[in-house]
Amino acid sequence: MAEALNELGAYLELKQPDAVIGYEINHGELTVDVAPTGIVTLVEFLKNDARCKFSSLIDITAVDYPSRDKRFDMVYHFLSMYQNHRIRLRSQLREDEMIASIVDVHPSANWFEREVFDMFGILFSGHPDLRRILTDYGFRGHPLKKDFPTTGYTEVRYDEELKRVVYEPVNLVQEYRQFDFMSPWEGAEYILPGDEKQEAKG
Amino acid sequence: MMDGTQKFDDARTGEQKIRNFNINFGPQHPAAHGVLRLVLELDGEIVERCDPHIGLLHRGTEKLMESRTYLQNLPYFDRLDYVAPMNQEHAWCLAIEKLTGTEVPRRGSLIRVLYSEIGRILNHLLNVTTQAMDVGALTPPLWGFEEREKLMVFYERACGARLHAAYFRPGGVHQDLPDDLLDDIEEWCGTFPNVLADIDGLLTENRIFKQRNADIGIVTEKDILDWSFSGVMVRGSGLPWDLRRSQPYECYDEFDFEIPVGKNGDCYDRYLCRMEEMRQSLRIILQAIEKLRAPEGQGDVMARGKLSPPKRSDMKTSMEALIHHFKLYSEGFHVPAGEVYACVEAPKGEFGVFLVADGTNKPYRSKIRAPGFLHLQAMDHVAVGHQLADVAAIIGTMDVVFGEIDR
Repeated sequence: MAEALNELGAYLELKQPDAVIGYEINHGELTVDVAPTGIVTLVEFLKNDARCKFSSLIDITAVDYPSRDKRFDMVYHFLSMYQNHRIRLRSQLREDEMIASIVDVHPSANWFEREVFDMFGILFSGHPDLRRILTDYGFRGHPLKKDFPTTGYTEVRYDEELKRVVYEPVNLVQEYRQFDFMSPWEGAEYILPGDEKQEAKG
Repeated sequence: MMDGTQKFDDARTGEQKIRNFNINFGPQHPAAHGVLRLVLELDGEIVERCDPHIGLLHRGTEKLMESRTYLQNLPYFDRLDYVAPMNQEHAWCLAIEKLTGTEVPRRGSLIRVLYSEIGRILNHLLNVTTQAMDVGALTPPLWGFEEREKLMVFYERACGARLHAAYFRPGGVHQDLPDDLLDDIEEWCGTFPNVLADIDGLLTENRIFKQRNADIGIVTEKDILDWSFSGVMVRGSGLPWDLRRSQPYECYDEFDFEIPVGKNGDCYDRYLCRMEEMRQSLRIILQAIEKLRAPEGQGDVMARGKLSPPKRSDMKTSMEALIHHFKLYSEGFHVPAGEVYACVEAPKGEFGVFLVADGTNKPYRSKIRAPGFLHLQAMDHVAVGHQLADVAAIIGTMDVVFGEIDR
């Protein structure tokens, strides 16, 4: 299994040298690193090449690494029902960068790309209908970014006087419980009550 | 055209002739199978455009998962596709096991297969019978739900919960089955074919049911590839694609079962596929029971180690076991850094989890790949050109559940 994947990775590197940066095999899965500019040509190649035949798009998603210069990882999964193998494409993206949409190659990418736009704010050039998909009508912000708080910014409730649903800033009746269970000697950063001054001094 | 456009052309203004009709289907429509809002553009009764608005049940599962430990995240999977909860948990467990390199003991693996198949029957029963309700039959859901109730009792007896099981755990299943449960499941397997035959008798040759389903929502091989269908949506069109067979996980490779495929890819064939799949699941269940009774099927149900809690008796006598128990349920176990995609053949199609671990006790990112998301996406493509009434039939056989689509 791993051998076949290795061969496939080498084959891709040979055939698409502009797009493929490198490949690795972990846990029996092939991951190919791709330059964002080459994503459409590579996906098209994967779909049509007789040896790859990655006919179905399984998933498109992104991963946010705020500390990195190229903040986002775009991750694509493909499956070939004919050759019975899978592949993962990974492409690093800066926050201000756009990536080309693959809707023309795989129509099913439509909603996935809308979801990534909704959740991460990544723009897809050439997408026919880049609206929000999962969040509320008129929602602001991109929830799956690491700097978006889990509680969000607004909450809704039904107002008895106005006889309608109103949006308000989040008001937590108790502090949001975020436990840090790391062992103290494994780098937990507790600020114990009374220790705030110590922090300021240091 | 029966609206007399030929003869009375002058009686209509230009605007009347070109204006299509827009209607909202849902989000509170009984045939929408949840909170689906469809914006339909109709030309008479013919659907011209269909724009599904989803997200009304969005709970931010993926965001929530990033701030909880691996074990705490497990119950979220029950709440995705709440029609067959354990199948979802399975994908999550497989992802963690892949990253940690855990081997599931044989008994645990067999119990997982057993309950995955019970989940499949749960799902198909609900889907087949409520789809029949969408097209006008009232009796099937009543009969089907009675069986679902019995299956949920099996869920309850294994894990204590009827629906949100949290029974599959990384490394195996939470607890061994009670002694007489296997006997009762086997007994139920004896009675269920009759129920299936009853439902079959109500629907399969029913004239109305056939008229409403045959040749409706035809899916071709090209559609399957373009819209990334999986599960029954693929098999209904004649492609024998089943992850249990083509990329076997757990111990499905040692089971003897057949993969039913349709011929025409319409709603009716998908119904037939689901009916046959229930019979095949029944076969797998019986085989699993047999294997669980065999001497090789005995033993522990969970890989003992860092992922699983210590035995109660150990906790009372060993300090290390007590510490382990405390750390497991507070801090949780750590998963080595890496990226992994694990998927199962859920009743609705390929259900997958893409897990990015960073070596801590919480997932850095987990993406849930729900089959219904892609099926519903193709709604515009499949429903266009059909009658308004067929929309309900198509949604029904697409087998959408909003828990997993909206996440």
